[in-house]
Amino acid sequence: MSDAKPAKIEVQGLRKSFGSKLVLDGIDLSIGQSESVVVIGGSGTGKSVLAKCILGLLIADGGSIKIDGAEMVGTGARERERVMRKFGMLFQGSALFDSLPVWENVAFGLIQGHGKNRHEAKEIAIEKLAAVGLGAEVGELRPAELSGGMQKRVALARAICAEPEIIIFDEPTTGLDPIMGDVINDLILKCVHELGATALSITHDMASARKISDRIAMIYRGKIIWSGPTASIDRSGNPYVEQFIHGSAEGPIQMEVRAT
Amino acid sequence: MSVLLDFLAAIGAATLRLLAASGRFGLFAVAAVSHCVRPPIYPRLIGRQLVDIGYYSLPVVGLTALFTGMVLALQTYTGFSNFAAESAVPTVVLLSVTRELGPVIAGLMVAGRIGAAIAAEIGTMRVTDQIDALTTLSTNPYKYLVVPRLLAGTIVMPMLVFVADIIGVFGGFLVGSYRLRFNPSVYIQRTADYLQTNDVTAGLVKAAVFGFVVALMGCYFGYNSRGGAQGVGAATTYAVVSASILILLLDYVLTAILFVGR
Repeated sequence: MSDAKPAKIEVQGLRKSFGSKLVLDGIDLSIGQSESVVVIGGSGTGKSVLAKCILGLLIADGGSIKIDGAEMVGTGARERERVMRKFGMLFQGSALFDSLPVWENVAFGLIQGHGKNRHEAKEIAIEKLAAVGLGAEVGELRPAELSGGMQKRVALARAICAEPEIIIFDEPTTGLDPIMGDVINDLILKCVHELGATALSITHDMASARKISDRIAMIYRGKIIWSGPTASIDRSGNPYVEQFIHGSAEGPIQMEVRAT
Repeated sequence: MSVLLDFLAAIGAATLRLLAASGRFGLFAVAAVSHCVRPPIYPRLIGRQLVDIGYYSLPVVGLTALFTGMVLALQTYTGFSNFAAESAVPTVVLLSVTRELGPVIAGLMVAGRIGAAIAAEIGTMRVTDQIDALTTLSTNPYKYLVVPRLLAGTIVMPMLVFVADIIGVFGGFLVGSYRLRFNPSVYIQRTADYLQTNDVTAGLVKAAVFGFVVALMGCYFGYNSRGGAQGVGAATTYAVVSASILILLLDYVLTAILFVGR
């Protein structure tokens, strides 16, 4: 572990509970500069909670999260706000602002967070919309007028608009048909490589995970139970990972299904 | 014995929940107010809220004030005529509308129209991750969502109530002149004689407090809504009910301070 480059994101012993329910039970995860890591795992295993803790949207109960070596757990609001400028985020449900036109959604971070004037920010937003395959005319529409796939593209354009150093993708292909899902995967690859950004993706879509990641980590019962290069996932030798990637009901992972 | 213990435990749990909820609300209110006096402030958003809360509430508040003034004139006349005190109708209408009914009726109408809208809008933003998205885009949700609504509510409610006062008194004048056969010039003269600046300004102070309360309750319940459409619906109900109760409660407190205490 004597890498020359320090990790861009370093998570150690991260714990988070909601009431008596322990969701993250000592997560360890390190993501290098310009590396793309996908965290896989079943529904309700804490993947999104991990992403939200890294972003500071949820406050961790314990452990450490370092961004570029700077500790984030217990940090003041001002320092956190400064570090947040390094992040871009694509939410599972896109989370576009209904009340604003598409271009203003994309340019929001530039106008509010970086103080750019609206005219300049709109030009950049239209460039970013073009980068995800959407024309300038789409910029004048409202999010409700777009299809699910178009909303995801707009959300991706918004996530990359301020050219962040770190991008987090929460279930980027959920709810999309396989072809549109692959289009989004290609766009993620293109955008991340062009920016040279570090990427952390959360998904249970294995096709997406294989395509966009350099490395895959699997979360189960609040812990990272396996991590390795994407190419080696089929030879992981871990029965949990094997069951998950084959989507089998038989195996060590037992779904909590109760008869009512 | 176990029934008694269960009963005491239930009371204890309810008390703890109440204290926790009061604490959460107190922290939210302090944070919201503290953000009102710290930059950045978003004038464009405040302007939009001034129009939404003020301009678009004018028809409903105006109509309510008009009928309140008209009913008040009729009821006062019916009651006071038993004591040959009909001449007091303009004075009673004026004092009731400016001191009490103008701010309270407008406050309740705005609580229904605006408190519900604020809670539903912010609540929907909460359950669809739009508030989290604001944070990831380096924008403080308090400053972007809560502060404009609080400031606009506090600024625009006195203006609405001022208009409601005029319309309410005019409603009384209409009924007094055309239904109760008052001489219009005498009615206006008596209204002008008893018009006190203090009565109007006290009503406007009440209005500012009510505007703040309506916006605060809408923001609080919307911001803390959970659980999809049902959670947003519940937030909307809580916002309207709590704002309405607080308006009536604060009306008593403010009346005691502004009128009885002076």
